[in-house]
Amino acid sequence: MYKSLFSQTLNSALSCSKMFFKYVIIIQALFLLSSCGENETNVSKGNQSGTLYWGNGTEPQSLDPQIATGVPEHHVISTLMEGLVLKDRKTLQPRPGMAESWEISDDGRVYTFKIRNNAKWSNGDPLTAEDFVWSWWRALQPALGNLYAYMLFPIENAQNYYEGVVSDFSQVGARALDDQTLEVTLNHPTPYFLQLLDHYSLFPVHKETIEKFGSADQRGTRWTYAGNLVGNGAFTLEEWEINRKIVVKKNENYWDAENVRLNEVVFLPVENVVTEERMFRAGQLHVTASLPADKIAPYSEMSESPMRISPYLGTYFYRINVDVPHLQDPKVRKALAMSIDRKNIVEKITKGGQIPAYAMTPPGTMGYYPKSDLRYDPEEARKLLAEAGYPDGQGFPVTEILYNTNEGHRKIAVAIQEMWKQNLNVDIQILNQEWKVYLDSESAGEYQISRAGWIGDYVDPNNFLDMFICNGGNNRTGWCNQEYDNLILKVAPAVKSHEERLEIFQTAETMLLNDMPVIPIYTYTSIQLIDPSVKNFDSNIMNHAYYKDIYLEEQD
Amino acid sequence: MLKFLLSRIAQAIPVLLVVVTATFFIVHAAPGGPFSADKAVPPEVIEALEAQYKLDQPVWRQYISYLGDILSGDFGPSFKYPGRSVNELIMAGIPITAELAFYAMLVALGLGVLSGVGAAMRPNTLQDYAPMTLAMIGICMPSFLLGPLLVLVFGIELEMVPVSGWGDIPGDKILPSITLGTGYAAYIARLSRGGMLEILSQDFIRTARAKGLSESTVIIKHALKGGLIPVIAFLGPAFAGLLAGSFVVETIFQIPGIGRFYVQAAFNRDYTLILGMTIFLSTLIIIFNLISDLISIWLNPKLRDEISNG
Repeated sequence: MYKSLFSQTLNSALSCSKMFFKYVIIIQALFLLSSCGENETNVSKGNQSGTLYWGNGTEPQSLDPQIATGVPEHHVISTLMEGLVLKDRKTLQPRPGMAESWEISDDGRVYTFKIRNNAKWSNGDPLTAEDFVWSWWRALQPALGNLYAYMLFPIENAQNYYEGVVSDFSQVGARALDDQTLEVTLNHPTPYFLQLLDHYSLFPVHKETIEKFGSADQRGTRWTYAGNLVGNGAFTLEEWEINRKIVVKKNENYWDAENVRLNEVVFLPVENVVTEERMFRAGQLHVTASLPADKIAPYSEMSESPMRISPYLGTYFYRINVDVPHLQDPKVRKALAMSIDRKNIVEKITKGGQIPAYAMTPPGTMGYYPKSDLRYDPEEARKLLAEAGYPDGQGFPVTEILYNTNEGHRKIAVAIQEMWKQNLNVDIQILNQEWKVYLDSESAGEYQISRAGWIGDYVDPNNFLDMFICNGGNNRTGWCNQEYDNLILKVAPAVKSHEERLEIFQTAETMLLNDMPVIPIYTYTSIQLIDPSVKNFDSNIMNHAYYKDIYLEEQD
Repeated sequence: MLKFLLSRIAQAIPVLLVVVTATFFIVHAAPGGPFSADKAVPPEVIEALEAQYKLDQPVWRQYISYLGDILSGDFGPSFKYPGRSVNELIMAGIPITAELAFYAMLVALGLGVLSGVGAAMRPNTLQDYAPMTLAMIGICMPSFLLGPLLVLVFGIELEMVPVSGWGDIPGDKILPSITLGTGYAAYIARLSRGGMLEILSQDFIRTARAKGLSESTVIIKHALKGGLIPVIAFLGPAFAGLLAGSFVVETIFQIPGIGRFYVQAAFNRDYTLILGMTIFLSTLIIIFNLISDLISIWLNPKLRDEISNG
């Protein structure tokens, strides 16, 4: 109906000129040509063949687990390789992966992993404890440029080895007792150690393959190419066409192959979120990586919407440069933090179900709930600002918010600019810089207030709090508190019980929030479109997908 | 003729050298390096990486060694994609971008010449105004607007063609080619109208008509060759423009060509990739301009005489 109406209008509008008939005929001929192909979508084809079409954001930089960083890389690598433990797809609790079981010593420092008998590489080679030791040795070679080397630092002497303090790798706490037994000794009892094992920087890599294509610590050899890569995951790398697609196929040598239900996953690097949404609508994708903000409203109004919004382990916040004279007084920083109406921001601007944040660590991280008295309280904020010597904002210098060029960040900065003007009567300028320029300015401390985000690498408050130790690479605020450092670096790692540890983190976080070198704004959510045929793809706080569990069910 | 060719090639060398030098120093002067990232990068890593890519040397030395590399045809390794060389990335993308540019050119020529010639045949009538108005709209309509519009109508509402991809689903090459070609079709329409109008008013056309030839013979056999010279002259730069300017269309339609790499390379400070792409595209532009000049000369007897008489 719609179709005929459209072509009628098209035709009548164009019929005035003879020339246009020719175009119409040419164009229609082109379309006829195109419609010779069956109008079958990726989704309907994939549901029959067991092929999952996955919108993967950008082209992965690398599939070497000890070089790669980033979410698209993580998705692909997690199909190709597997660590000692896997995680439950809902709760993220550790469950057996390459290790069928493990024991933890009473002092919490020694982990003994039993590698499964049927653990194999995708070429059929047996996978042994020694493979892990070698892989971790490689992960700690500085020449490799592994950005996630610090994930191994809980292991005894790993950091010393990485930094060259210890030159003998046998002093690092990873030992193969026999082919099936791996003993890992830690510096301190580290309750989140099992969490780390599911991170790709601790995945095993195949020594023979890597050495075939170059030396072990050489970056960018061809071992990760399709046809070369040998992994130990549920899938093997079948095809890698740059910027077009990555295809992984079920690995018959995988220890749990009988429970893997997908035959293939096709990762499509769709950079443009608007294009991605259109591809989803046209049935070319089962799952999108994200959704443009202005599409959230129409999708939430749909009955049986394919949109899924779930909490994500990440905090959107502002850094304050505490070396700027008028921002040195914690009262000023608190006043600024207290006069942001976060509820308004998440409801009116971001609109993606984000949760107003009143602390750095997202609440509920491993059972941790930060104690925070931060709230939206303009009156109290005005009082604090007056106490700091700026009654009714008088004499407060014009202050600048720096953000990386992005429409979403701009809107939030404008809203905050307005809120601070209204609530505190202070003048704020906003300044955008291109991403890399912004990174330079922020790390060099050439800013007053700057927008930032932090996505957790593992589910533990430590990951959100250890960034603010004195001169930490991710601190960038100039804030330094010896007592805080002591709690994070010395006291928390040494305690035995989980509850005790959480209390220490609470104390530390309260110190951080009292001084307020950072203003938490909201907790991220992940927003995706998911075709109803995709099953066993549960949401979790890391937004990790466990492809070995996923299956596709044909829809009527 | 040979002299003309040689002198043009000789002119191209300093042009390329200026392009390489300017690009090299501009990208190295841009704030932010290839290895800076959101999460702090440990100094050990930065050091190891800079040593590996020779970024720890003085810039002039890097420049000299880069010139040496490109003379041997090696654009070096990409910084952003470890394991990929710039040559490899260009080679992976260029066939696709070239194919897209070729189809877009067909669309541009087909639509452009037809409507331009048609308009010139009946100047100042509806047959003239309608396509010329459309051409004006075509010139003004950016591809980031036209592309999504076409997708919404023909891809999503009418379900006639795929909304994205290149060579994956039958028919997925249609919309990108039309989107990219339309702007150029509009230029070509105006150029061919102008060229034809000029030719049609000349004496030899009047003679042809006086001989009693049919209008179509007059147009096809006599007028087209001269009337399309401006279009031919435009084709070289247009094809180069299509190759270099396909970024938007490649992004909208999810096409794995070189355009996306080029723009991303700048954001990533992927020095070697930016340089490689720039040199590659400048060379193409120079070659296409030369080819279209040669064709113009071949078509235009006046120019031919000028060149051969020195």
